[in-house]
This record gives sequence, C-alpha cells and structure tokens, in this order.
Amino acid sequence: MTAVAASYDPAWRGRVGVLLLAAVLLWPALVWTEFKPWEVFDAQSLKSTGRFLRDFVPPRHDPEFLHLMLLQTWRTVAIATDGLVLAFLVAVPLALVSSAQMSISSLSGRMARGPYALRQTARWAAIVLRSIPELVWALLLVRVVGLGPTAGVIAIGITYGGMLGKVYAEILESGEAAGTQALLRNGAGRLQAFFYGTLPQCSTELVGYTVYRWECAIRSSVVLGFVGAGGLGQELDNATKMFAGAEVSAILIIFIALVAIADRMSAWLRKELG
Amino acid sequence: MNVLAEQVFARARCRACWVYAGLVALVVASFWTLDLKWREFLAPDALVTMARFAGEFFPPQMSAPFLFRTGNALLETLAMSALGTLIAALLGIVVALPASKTSADDPALFKPLARFMLNALRSIPELVWAALLLIAAGLGPFPGTLALALHTTGVLGRLFAESLENATPGPAFALRVRGVSELRVFLYATLPQIWPQVVSYTLYRWENNIRAAAVLGVVGAGGLGQMLSYHLALFQMRETSTVLLAMIILVALVDALSYVARQRLSR
Repeated sequence: MTAVAASYDPAWRGRVGVLLLAAVLLWPALVWTEFKPWEVFDAQSLKSTGRFLRDFVPPRHDPEFLHLMLLQTWRTVAIATDGLVLAFLVAVPLALVSSAQMSISSLSGRMARGPYALRQTARWAAIVLRSIPELVWALLLVRVVGLGPTAGVIAIGITYGGMLGKVYAEILESGEAAGTQALLRNGAGRLQAFFYGTLPQCSTELVGYTVYRWECAIRSSVVLGFVGAGGLGQELDNATKMFAGAEVSAILIIFIALVAIADRMSAWLRKELG
Repeated sequence: MNVLAEQVFARARCRACWVYAGLVALVVASFWTLDLKWREFLAPDALVTMARFAGEFFPPQMSAPFLFRTGNALLETLAMSALGTLIAALLGIVVALPASKTSADDPALFKPLARFMLNALRSIPELVWAALLLIAAGLGPFPGTLALALHTTGVLGRLFAESLENATPGPAFALRVRGVSELRVFLYATLPQIWPQVVSYTLYRWENNIRAAAVLGVVGAGGLGQMLSYHLALFQMRETSTVLLAMIILVALVDALSYVARQRLSR
C-alpha cells in the first residue's frame, strides 16, 4: 500500500455529489438575498464604515450621557417587567381554561362537546396571539398610542401572553392527573383542585419558564425600542442613524452587560425559587 | 434532628419569601416609573380610533401584481434565513474549534477569547446587528442575511463547542497516535460524532431565523419586514394587511411543519 492509497477516502464521490447539489440549491438563495459581499469593500462604503468604527473607541462616558443611559436601561427593564406582568394576566386564564385536567365532564368518559370547543378556542387564541411577533404589534401600536413605552408593554403583553398561555397549559397537562381528578371526584371546586392538586407538582417548572421569559423580554424590549417604544433600543437607533460611533459602542457595551446580568439573575432566581 | 430540619426548612422558605418580595417591589417600581398611557389606550374615543384603525386593514390588497411582490418578499425572507443559518453553521464550527478543549492535551489557548466572541455575537439580537450593518452594507436583504448569520454564529458556536467537548475522545485519539493530521482527525473522527447534533441544532435555529427574518426588515434589511414598514409608513393599510397575512401564514406554516417533524422524529 502506498501513502496515496492510504489517504484515499472511499466515500469521496458521495460527499462531492452532495456538496455540488447543495451549491446548486444555494444559488437561488444567493440571488434572492442580493449576496454581494464585495460591495462592502468598495472605497466609499469602506470609508464610511471606517469612520463609524474609528469613533467606537473610546465609548462615550461623560456623566450626563451615563446618567441618561442608566435611566434608559431602567426603562428597558421596566418595559420588559410590565410587559411580562401583562402577559401573565393574559396567560393565566388562557391556561386555566385550556387545561384538560380541569375538565369535570372528562372524569366520566369523553369530554362534553361544549367544554371541548371552549378549550380548543382558548388553545387557538394562545397560538394566534403568539404567532404575531411583538415587533409587529409594537409597530402597529405606536400608531395608536404614540411613541413611548406603552406600545412596547402592550406588544410584549400580547405576544408573551400567548407564549406563556400555551406553555403553561402544556406544563399543567404534563403533570400527574390522578391527584387533581381525585379532588374533583370528591366534590372539590375547579380552583381548589387546581391549587391543591395540579399547581404543587408544576410550580417549579412554571416559575422557571416565567423567569426565563422575563430574560427574553429584556432582550426583546431593547429591540422594540427600534420602532419607537423607548428605552436603550431607541437610543441605539438614534445613535446609529446619526453615525455617533462613540455612543453606539457605549450602548452596545451596556446592552451586553445587561443581557449578561439578566442571564445570571434568571439562573439565580430559578435556583432560588425552584 | 427533626428540629434542625424544620429550622433549615423555615429559613429556606423565608429566603423564597424575600425573593418574592423583591420581585413584587420590582414590578411595583416598574409600573410606578414608566409613564404608561393607559387612559389614552382605554378611553372610549381611543377605542373608537383603534377600531377605525383596525377597520382600515380590510379588505386586504389582493391584486395579482401586489400578491406577486409579497410572494417575492416571502421567498426573500426564506432565502435570507436559509443562507444566514448556513453561514452561521459554517462559522459556528470554525469558532467552536478554538472555543473547546477537545482532548486532555489540547492547550485550548484561545478558549476564553473565542468564548467571549461567541457570547458577544449572541447577546446582540439580529435586529440590532442589522441596524448596525446597514451602515456598511446598505439597505436590502444582504445586511439582513449577515445579521442573522452573526447572531446565529454566536448561538450555534456555543452549542457546537459543547458538543465537541462532549464527544468521546477515543476515535480521535486512535487517529492521532498514528500521526494523522489534526484536520483529518477532525473530519474523520470528531465531525462524524457531532454531526447529528450539528444538523439538529442548525435546523432548530433555521426555524427561529425564519421568524426573525420576517421582522428583520423593519429596520430596512429586506424581506417581508421591509415591505411591512414601508407600507405602514405610507399609511397604505390594505397593503400592510396583506403583508401581515403573509407573515402570519409563514410563521404558522413553520410552526406546523416543525410540530409535525418533531412528532415524527420522537415517535
């Protein structure tokens, strides 16, 4: 055996064939996305990018600016928190109505038709709420309530309400049904059965998921700022539009730090409340 | 013994109480400090305005040329998400290699640096990347694709790095002791092991990226989002409504497909 034969890959034909096929499939995607990386490197574009990036160092850090940033960071967190509270208020009734464990008619045979229809409606309502991204809601709501945090809070409330509602219902149904059903059979009310039968098994998971979503809401509330919902995102949008590199880099650093802190906080909360 | 257990239990419970009290304080402070305009949102005349606003969306613009344009934007969105995810998967593997300690005698000198880079890429959302890239790459789907690629590189790179570290070192070691080059060790021992995870993570991110690509255009980065913000800015509500419908259908289709795929695969 020579060295050439030893390094021969018996499957090369198949591999090259798959790669070629992928390249052919990829071609339309490159055309559709106007994939022209060389345009980034033409002289004019490089000049403006260079000027923008040179401004990044040092980030702006005068007291007045930092004070404003502190305020806007708090607003970002507050928008996320308020939005999540609103989402929670939307999600709890949706989840309670759509959870099949709360069904009394299904204790004896099939669920009755009326309650079944109601449960499916609640389930679909959650899916529909969640299927429109919060950014689109914010874009539309800014027209109605004007610029400012209200649009952001309601947008997060609607989309996250759907998400939480759907996942809460799934978590509630994944639990052991026996305890809840025993309570219901013995004449407990639905809420009693929920609080003493279902909730104790699922509370850790429910809290964990809610805290995780709070973390997502913080990231999302920054993005919502780009359509005028206030907070860090709006500042970043303004700074980018004015080519203020020093401000952009400062806001990016604050934002990365905020996400990291929220990440830690959420891990800590999940441990503490679990 | 029992008393001690009870004390520990009581203290643990009270810790949770304090945490909950803190959370309530956070919520109260958040509502207190934000200038939320509930009155403007819920007042009767505001509701009338809102109803009129909602009414302007009907009927959606369904003329053939407009539907054709919307369909094009939809394809553009899909292409952006697919290409962005593919680039991210390739870059993700490239960065995941220095970001992981693959064998016991791997010095992993660049691990902290590579991990930091991945974290930075990941913690900036696609939309923010798109807004920044508009400066370098101009308007259109190209900066959108790059934005998706950058954020997703951060996400996938981290996941790939973890798969690399969890791969069994045996096969790679067997090749390495025979003097096979590092590139071949990776291609013939490590990559085949992590391949299933690479594929499933990439598909999962693609699903997310389709949703993200649909709204990315709001800052001017192509696809359905750009059409949406364009027609909304011109107050062409019937056109806006068609684009919204296309978006909802796209998201619903992706959701349904992924649900079916999951059911199939987990059976």
